[in-house]
Amino acid sequence: MPRRTDIESILLIGSGPIVIGQACEFDYSGTQACRVLKEEGFRVILANSNPATIMTDPNTADATYIEPLDVDVLEAIIAKERPDALLPTLGGQTGLNLAMELFHAGILDRYGVELIGADAEAIQTAEDRGRFKIAMAEIGLDTPASGIARTIEEAHEVVAHIGLPIVVRPAFILGGKGTGIANTPEQFEKLVKFGLDASPIREILIETSIAGWKEFELEVMRDHADNCVIICSIENLDPMGVHTGDSITVAPAQTLSDVEYQKMRDAAFACIRRVGVETGGSNVQFALNPANGDMVVIEMNPRVSRSSALASKATGFPIAKIAAKLAVGYTLDEVPNDITKKTPASFEPSIDYVVTKVPRWAFEKFPGQASVLGTQMQSVGEAMAIGRTFPESLQKGLRSLEQGRLGLNCDPGEAEFDHLSDTELLAAAAIGTPDRPFQLESLLRRGVSVDDVHAATKVDPWFLDQMLIITEEREYLTTVGLDDMIAVDWRRAKRLGFADAQLAYLWGRPEIEVRVARIAAGVIPTYKTVDTCAAEFEADTPYHYSTYEDEDEIRPTTKPKVLILGSGPNRIGQGIEFDYCCVHASFALRDAGYETIMLNCNPETVSTDYDTADRLYFEPITFEDVSNVIDAEKPLAVIVALGGQTPLKLSGQIPAELVAGTSPESIDLAEDRDRWNDLCGRLEIPQPAGGTVTTVEQALAVVDRIGYPVLMRPSYVLGGRAMEIVYDEVQLRRAMDALAGFGSLGKEGGLSAERPVLVDRFLEDATEVDADALRDHTGDFLIGGIMEHVEEAGVHSGDSACALPPYSLTPATIAVITDYTHRIADALDVRGLINVQYAVRDGQVFVIEANPRASRTVPFVAKVTGVPLAKVASRVMLGATLADLREEGLLRDPVVGDHVGVKEAVLPFSRFPDADAVLGPEMRSTGEVMGIDLTFGLAFAKSQLAAGTKLPTSGTVFLSLADRDKQTGVKAAAQFVDLGFAIAATSGTAATLADHGIPVATVVAKIGEVGGIDAVELISSGQVDLVVNSPRGRAPRADGMHIRTAAGSHNVPLLTTAAAALAAANGMADSARHPLRVRSLQEYHLGVTRAEL
Amino acid sequence: MSAIEIAHLVLADGTVFEGEAIGAQPTNGVASGEVVFNTALSGYQEIITDPSYAGQIITFTYPHIGNYGVTAADDESPAPHSRGVIVRDLARRRSNWRSDADLDAFLRRHEVPGIAGIDTRRLTRHIRDAGAMPGAFGTADHTALLAAAKAEPGTDGIDLVASVTCGAPYVIGSGPRRITAYDFGIKRSILDQLGAFATVTVVPAATPAAEVLAQSPDGVFLSNGPGDPLQVGYAVDAIRGLLGEVPVFGICLGHQLLCSALGATTYKLPFGHHGGNHPVRNIATGTVEITSQNHNYCVDADSLINAELSHVNLNDHTVEGIRCTEVPAFSVQYHPEAGPGPHDARYLFAEFDDLITRTGRSH
Repeated sequence: MPRRTDIESILLIGSGPIVIGQACEFDYSGTQACRVLKEEGFRVILANSNPATIMTDPNTADATYIEPLDVDVLEAIIAKERPDALLPTLGGQTGLNLAMELFHAGILDRYGVELIGADAEAIQTAEDRGRFKIAMAEIGLDTPASGIARTIEEAHEVVAHIGLPIVVRPAFILGGKGTGIANTPEQFEKLVKFGLDASPIREILIETSIAGWKEFELEVMRDHADNCVIICSIENLDPMGVHTGDSITVAPAQTLSDVEYQKMRDAAFACIRRVGVETGGSNVQFALNPANGDMVVIEMNPRVSRSSALASKATGFPIAKIAAKLAVGYTLDEVPNDITKKTPASFEPSIDYVVTKVPRWAFEKFPGQASVLGTQMQSVGEAMAIGRTFPESLQKGLRSLEQGRLGLNCDPGEAEFDHLSDTELLAAAAIGTPDRPFQLESLLRRGVSVDDVHAATKVDPWFLDQMLIITEEREYLTTVGLDDMIAVDWRRAKRLGFADAQLAYLWGRPEIEVRVARIAAGVIPTYKTVDTCAAEFEADTPYHYSTYEDEDEIRPTTKPKVLILGSGPNRIGQGIEFDYCCVHASFALRDAGYETIMLNCNPETVSTDYDTADRLYFEPITFEDVSNVIDAEKPLAVIVALGGQTPLKLSGQIPAELVAGTSPESIDLAEDRDRWNDLCGRLEIPQPAGGTVTTVEQALAVVDRIGYPVLMRPSYVLGGRAMEIVYDEVQLRRAMDALAGFGSLGKEGGLSAERPVLVDRFLEDATEVDADALRDHTGDFLIGGIMEHVEEAGVHSGDSACALPPYSLTPATIAVITDYTHRIADALDVRGLINVQYAVRDGQVFVIEANPRASRTVPFVAKVTGVPLAKVASRVMLGATLADLREEGLLRDPVVGDHVGVKEAVLPFSRFPDADAVLGPEMRSTGEVMGIDLTFGLAFAKSQLAAGTKLPTSGTVFLSLADRDKQTGVKAAAQFVDLGFAIAATSGTAATLADHGIPVATVVAKIGEVGGIDAVELISSGQVDLVVNSPRGRAPRADGMHIRTAAGSHNVPLLTTAAAALAAANGMADSARHPLRVRSLQEYHLGVTRAEL
Repeated sequence: MSAIEIAHLVLADGTVFEGEAIGAQPTNGVASGEVVFNTALSGYQEIITDPSYAGQIITFTYPHIGNYGVTAADDESPAPHSRGVIVRDLARRRSNWRSDADLDAFLRRHEVPGIAGIDTRRLTRHIRDAGAMPGAFGTADHTALLAAAKAEPGTDGIDLVASVTCGAPYVIGSGPRRITAYDFGIKRSILDQLGAFATVTVVPAATPAAEVLAQSPDGVFLSNGPGDPLQVGYAVDAIRGLLGEVPVFGICLGHQLLCSALGATTYKLPFGHHGGNHPVRNIATGTVEITSQNHNYCVDADSLINAELSHVNLNDHTVEGIRCTEVPAFSVQYHPEAGPGPHDARYLFAEFDDLITRTGRSH
């Protein structure tokens, strides 16, 4: 069936900000879909609130709405654009849910918009657990038996029916409270009682426990003609009980016989057909009882997912691209296989390597939250590795995480569990945590048998034995030693995935000596190709991974080549923004005639799409792996400045002449505190007073000189890792101890002689400003954007809302910032991008830090100004001048218009209910959204809505403010009153407000105080529509935390700074005056003026 | 580290690979045969025990082989006929509730030699480009291996069917139909599928048509089998005698022999089709089936007489199935019985049942 001709325009809803469970993979799938549909000649309308995506680049879709993903906003977009169809299956759960909301609200009907890919009936069947269970029963597939109980008696009836062991899940609870597994009648009694008590409505779901079963996933595609294929099978290393997004997963399935696999394949087809997903990709999850092969269906996603992105990268089969084609009428056999070109997409990829995906968590950023994995996903990113064997891919995957581990063992971290007894360690490993793989290795290294480890952890013996092979090799390598290694030893070690750095640690020798000896022995990596067909057909697509085999398949060309280093797994502080920059570099340099080579290990991203660069190396971003690719490809330049801290860290290790743009020398100058201070002194640019320390004594000496409060910052970290504002000596000592502890384990932020801690005077109540700028080798300079932060200094810039252009800075201040930025860029001889952060207090500008690389704000600036900063930067790094690029047309002037962009951070506190939802110097947001409109207030209000905070239009605002916030708070409160809101406040805040003549309707008691309603009770009772609670500097934060937790658990919008409250009040005032208007980025880029308000 | 025994694989064109010996120890340290590759991700036991691999050494493109062990239930024939296996990595520990032994022990028990640690992707690419070719592997020295590789006749011009067919007829299955199945190297999975609706009399490959017709079967099945269809002329003669007399269904070699009996010609593919992921279009319905494949020879589409193309391979457009226009007979090149592989085409057994009904020869 050919392409449909009865539809002309298609609306796609993106997945919005990066949040836990929904990350770059939907930029990857959405971008593919937009491109395919555009190529097919459809008008593509895109709604996505995330400015850091490739998807929201103005040329990806025909009309790009960077607007809040909200039903009212989407209705406005539909009313304006009148799309013929909505494709709901490529924008993650967010896109799917919104499509359903639009459907249920009758909006799709009203505007005659057809759902393509999957209809409402199919989506409901897959998403509603009850309906799904019934549907599966109809086609003879088992699901875990379950029942609902409201009393102990009912619970007994359920368990009589389904038997033990069972899982109890209380209804309407947060974060798994009251959930547990009962194996015995005694445990059952206790758990049921506990569960009923935990549920606010005294209701529990009792489900057969399949904890310890093996978990598998199949990626299915189906077309209009009912052709079905499996793209990839995935087996989880972690048994059932850990969310698949938090599991180490392996493709293809390793321990299924063909008989079992085919049974699962048949079941997956039956499932997609019964659910009724007409076309596109879905994934079906299965659990298998390892004792007897009993199989149950866990769930099915009627859309492309994180797993389908992984499956696409694992096989080379672009699921989202094909899904988009199928949605508009093509059948699988009408679509060619991109990789072989000659064969059709109607086949099942065969692979001849092993893919391992390892999640990356951020528990260290959420103190109070136990790092235990469970049924809710908590990881913030993932790395994927390809090897010819599982041990090789596992070790590559672990070192790709960049969390201080060099592999499964042979690094400082391998001693982490030495203090535990076998019994203690077995018990620890039985619980899913980020440490589990290393605990398993530690057990095996002690000689605990595979069978015993399996019995305790339920990790499949095959995986354990493969780990044991690594451990045995470690022992063997210890006995051989570097000087006696012969080629066959090297080859075996490398084939098991050992990095040179691991061997260096093992032998106590420098890594470079290991590398030199290995290469001298003739053992160098071979690069193989990901080709969808296990080499059966010739492949066109240059998608490669390293391994240690006989044959290398790379045939480097003689074209001028540029190697672009990506940013690795998503983490807090380094994510999609940097991937965006790398992708732009590849596009711009390719257009300029270079051959581009991408190196990255993040399967979610657009950068690891095989057609983003001319060649893709799916490799860890380490010195060894990068050097190997440099040796193989001999690029003329390597771009380290666009992928964030990950590639930047390597700038001093790779040959300096290869580093494109700003020199490693300058990068170090900006990073090395002493040299940087000298530079600022020479340039006469004021900095907060401070010093560099490696011991507590030194730190105390610095504080003696500069006074408290101070900001403590470890060097070479990202996202303010372990950064703290310290008000006294007790706090200071505690902070120094913690950093020293990280150092001994080689963890991020660890303190050592080479990595001192920076201690700076903290400027309270200062306004923070970010400047992104470009400079070329002739010294030509331009400001990309100057952004004013909404939250005051002390909140990490990544967690703060910011406005472009600035909304309150004076022209004089902006001129000073421009001047300082220019001088710093000149002094560092920047060739490319530089980001400088400033604090402005009482009209004086202090420089906080400078980073001569792409910053997190580059895509945001590009979306607001229309200037493709990353593209221009990549060309400048390769020697082009700004003048050249102006002439070429790549560098345009910023859009002239009255629009304001506000970037707002999106925080994952709902996933970590035990951690305090307050902002600080350590970055904790996972993603960002953008609000764009013609006033700061409107743009801010949109940014809040996009970030999930729907500002109220009437009701009560509750304020509880720190003393230093009260001045700003008063202004905000006055505006709230003007807007007709009633004010509730804690006694101190109420007194201040009263002093300023602001009426306070309700004064609440301190929590726990007898008499009167307290803040938590007030919020919990639903009488508050907006909570403003700013933490009090050094004072105990407990009261505030209760207030913030109450707001979080009752879904009351929460603002944690007075500055944000004031901005919100502005936004609410503007929103009350002006009706909601949506405009595409393309319209903004033509210039829109206030006249159009 | 357990002691490993270095072994080499030498192809007839002189290409050398280094690995280590696994499985049975071949006589004089040399195992030889025609080297082919299979791209299936699972089903190694079914593949090794498929009689169609007689005379061949099987390279598995998936690197980890043996992970889930072996179980008697998955044998496609009582004993393997393949000459050896080439793998990247042989699992030293198996894990699966169905398994009763590990693959290495299985290979030793059945005297199948093997070689592990090979860059199987390099080997596959070599065969893809140079074509399937004879090779020899083992612990013997390079000269001996090369000599053995060069002396190895491959599969051309040899009647391999004679080495795998049954010695005497036997009966299997208990369904209502009565089917006679020619055993050119028949797989257990096929007998399972036929046995579900028929009582199957399996007869040796050289059984004349008259003998079969004398038993008045409802239908005749022509099985899969190894090697070159041109070397099984006696079967082609028998099929000529059967066509029009009784409904006929053929699979793989059976398909090639049926087409030969109709007068079509066959040729050898450069490296054959061996795997579980080939897309085949059913021309009547337009739908695509993902199929299990194992053949080196193929029917020339242009030479088809008295038959129409029913199925075509979407990768290389080769003939995957035909339907006779004059007599009740049809055949497919691929393996609808799966074992290993997808079940998409199992409907063909029901079609055979229907054909018998329509032909009205049922007892």
